[in-house]
Amino acid sequence: MGRTLAEKVWDDHVVRHAEGEPDLLFIDLHLLHEVTSPQAFDGLRLAGRKVRRTDLTIATEDHNTPTLDIDKPIADPVSRLQLETLRANCAEFGVRLHSLGDAEQGVVHVVGPQLGLTQPGTTVVCGDSHTSTHGAFGALAFGIGTSQVEHVLATQTLPLAPFRTMAITVEGELPDGVTAKDLILAIIAKIGTGGGQGYVLEYRGSAIRGLSMEARMTICNMSIEAGARAGMIAPDETTFAYLEGRDHAPKGEDWDAAVAYWKTLATDEDAVYDAEVFIDASTLSPFVTWGTNPGQGAPLGADVPDPASFEDPQERASAENALRYMGLTAGTPLREVSVDAVFVGSCTNGRIEDLRAAAAVVEGRKVADGVRMLVVPGSVRVALQAVAEGLDKVFTAAGAEWRHAGCSMCLGMNPDQLAPGERCASTSNRNFEGRQGKGGRTHLVSPQVAAATAVLGHLASPADLSDARETAEV
Amino acid sequence: MEKFTTHTGRVVPLRRSNVDTDQIIPAHWLKKVTRSGFEDGLFEAWRKDDSFVLNQPQYAGASILVAGPEFGTGSSREHAVWALENYGFRAVISSRFADIFRGNSLKNGLLTVILPQEAVERIWALVEADPTAEVTVDLEAREVRAEGLDSVPFELDENVRWRLLNGLDDISITLQQESEISEFEANRPAFKPTTVQAG
Repeated sequence: MGRTLAEKVWDDHVVRHAEGEPDLLFIDLHLLHEVTSPQAFDGLRLAGRKVRRTDLTIATEDHNTPTLDIDKPIADPVSRLQLETLRANCAEFGVRLHSLGDAEQGVVHVVGPQLGLTQPGTTVVCGDSHTSTHGAFGALAFGIGTSQVEHVLATQTLPLAPFRTMAITVEGELPDGVTAKDLILAIIAKIGTGGGQGYVLEYRGSAIRGLSMEARMTICNMSIEAGARAGMIAPDETTFAYLEGRDHAPKGEDWDAAVAYWKTLATDEDAVYDAEVFIDASTLSPFVTWGTNPGQGAPLGADVPDPASFEDPQERASAENALRYMGLTAGTPLREVSVDAVFVGSCTNGRIEDLRAAAAVVEGRKVADGVRMLVVPGSVRVALQAVAEGLDKVFTAAGAEWRHAGCSMCLGMNPDQLAPGERCASTSNRNFEGRQGKGGRTHLVSPQVAAATAVLGHLASPADLSDARETAEV
Repeated sequence: MEKFTTHTGRVVPLRRSNVDTDQIIPAHWLKKVTRSGFEDGLFEAWRKDDSFVLNQPQYAGASILVAGPEFGTGSSREHAVWALENYGFRAVISSRFADIFRGNSLKNGLLTVILPQEAVERIWALVEADPTAEVTVDLEAREVRAEGLDSVPFELDENVRWRLLNGLDDISITLQQESEISEFEANRPAFKPTTVQAG
């Protein structure tokens, strides 16, 4: 019987297989950041261990880093200590690090792909659940805890429990104005926050093949929000074109050998998935969340749902809690929900195509009175590219704030946070209670919806903006 | 890792589903560089509400948390496990756990037990009627039992169970496979990427 993409990558990394034991898998790339690594390095020190493969390890600073005044000492002493700890650990153990101020610094899941380190058929881990992002290249990539970070540092391997496979087949064309973000939000709403549990998801079908690498990263990034072990997309010409010429992409004969291997990775015709989900792309529309988990979403044209409409008692209770926290009333059209803040950025939607999409919507328009719009590029390279294209000027002319690269308001570990009760349309990945700041309320949206929402002051898509640009230009 | 064989204690009934790791330990606590001292951050936002179950005096000193489905979703932060342990929990019972959280818990000796939702409801009812009721989580017998409750069996991967019962360190076990790791490394294709910077 044929094998799936995930099974092929898994099989190619098994160091040891023994009955009654988890398979021991080799890890091709280990990404580190300041938040989940200090206790792992401590563990190594206590046991007198080294980093086994510093040449397969790379670190960046992202979660804590400020997005303003980066040339000044970091104001928060606790954040500063954590960053200094990473710097000291990387120096002591010989790990490559891109610190704040470095041209390669940025959100770890933006940095790996843009350096060409994330490649098809590799295993990629990081102490961060959004490591699933790298699956867009046909890598088996997943988030791990700090104990596992220490394990990989010490051994470059991980013992892993077997997984099941789920095909998510999206056929047809996405309608105009419908993005990868809308698609993945719709998928999560359909299968639920636990729907992917135990599974490696493989996104396939004509709609997926038609997506750019950046859009594919947005999709795979949020696999974890469906509870999945990982999300993957088979590598194809789009993947190879993205990789060719990047710093760490194979060169010359190695390139040819790599591409030949990468072409063998696609799921075999006769492979069987443990579960299958089908989605008709043409039925989708811009999607937003109304609740406090990423599965609580609806089309922008819908109303805030009535908790009583949920049959499952747990879901009903969860919806009741969510509406209370979000300050929403059942039956309110989502388009009438007004916001205080808009955040464009994160490992989900902080890449150059995302910034271009948001800039195209706000160009010649103004951010609505009383709305604060924060644009945070995913990496320094993304920022430099955006500046070269004049996007920073487009954002600032519209009244948005153009910031330095980092995780920023996605999780509010740095000063970029919502105040209690503030409502935000955010291109990030989690709408959990307090995620963007204590008491803050998050609606997950695409960059296009974020930008249109910033202009109109309430949840909206670019299609709602038909004449706002003329008005602004008068 | 601390061994886990059997544990008997009182229970906190947490009637919520989708308890994500941002609720278990908010992000601003993640700046700490130690594995201890997270107890005050556990469910920090919810604990500001006096009626929250952890604030109710009858549940003080309980060491088993029984929660709704999809416990531990979201961020991979192991700090969520440390916070539960620092606070004094030895086991968490739910009908469904998020994968990364469950993996993290079992590597730290915090036993996460999957029981059917119907059994979770019965434990909730038992300890809400009598908060002093003690529940036993027995890893050797693989069952949860209490007076007034039929014992409920649970599944756990045999290898994971063996590691927990013996308090074994994963890294030392893997390092015994040194020759297999070296052999694998020697056979990796030349085109595989490295993080070494050119020049």
